[in-house]
Amino acid sequence: MIKYIKFLFVGIIFGIVLVKSEAVSWYRIYEMFKFESFHMYGIIGTAVITGIILLLVSKKLKNINGGLIAVPKKDKGFTRYILGGIIFGLGWALSGACPGPMYILIGTGAFTVIIVILAALLGTYVYGLLKDKLPH
Amino acid sequence: MQSILEPWPWYVSGPLIAIIMFTLIYFGKTFGMSSNLRTLCSIAGAGNKVKFFDFDWKAQRWNLVVIIGAVIGGFIAHFYLSSATNMDLNPETVKTLSTLGFENAGKSLLPAELYSWDAVFNLKGLAILIIGGFLVGFGTRYAGGCTSGHAITGLSSLQLPSLIAVVGFFIGGLVMIHLLFPLIFG
Repeated sequence: MIKYIKFLFVGIIFGIVLVKSEAVSWYRIYEMFKFESFHMYGIIGTAVITGIILLLVSKKLKNINGGLIAVPKKDKGFTRYILGGIIFGLGWALSGACPGPMYILIGTGAFTVIIVILAALLGTYVYGLLKDKLPH
Repeated sequence: MQSILEPWPWYVSGPLIAIIMFTLIYFGKTFGMSSNLRTLCSIAGAGNKVKFFDFDWKAQRWNLVVIIGAVIGGFIAHFYLSSATNMDLNPETVKTLSTLGFENAGKSLLPAELYSWDAVFNLKGLAILIIGGFLVGFGTRYAGGCTSGHAITGLSSLQLPSLIAVVGFFIGGLVMIHLLFPLIFG
């Protein structure tokens, strides 16, 4: 149990930051795709810049298990990324909920988000069913 | 204390999200929220029928703990670390939303027009949430990641597949907001 405490803590911080930044808000997603505010671009932009720096300076450092700090590499490809990306983008803009915020929103008392989560589980399941028939 | 209760600016939130990503990588894991959907399908028994879900989900328990934490964090932030929600949205955005039938934009995190109980007991409202959620679940697994896995982690580690996926996110989002919203809500 005790080894999971640190992940619980990271999750709590994640939930707090995403609510306080308003990145969990449907309205902020809408505003972003309308190009009417810098807010979301600022969040993603500074997250990526900080992330690049953190990963560069830690290249020689060891992780908690004694292995090298490493990010899993995505498989090479194009079709799955562009098509999957477009499908996700359509759903993200419509529901305003990414796969992280959909849980965080439950904590804010928005219980109807559970419908979105159940539908997302169904979507994931249908992808698993069709995986071998889809172009990747 | 007052500045904690106010919404946090992007230049505070963005770096904090990067630190969250880095912490998980330091713990020997990775920052990818959509993987939990696959794990939950597997726990529900989907692995008996579909090979894609037949994996050792117990190795993913740490990530489920992250989302349990995220629910708690959402609760703490919303009920104890926030004054009443009143987002500083662009007035143009608020005006356009009003023409689409969305009133009181920015006074809550989610629009009542989609997420209130009244809205979900209406066929159109329910269909919107189900279709939206379905596309999120299908699309993230097809693309192998969502905002956390591709836009934050993938771009931070300079991976081309993630850039392609993020371009896809934007194509989909722009099509939805600019072309489909006027048809759905007009």
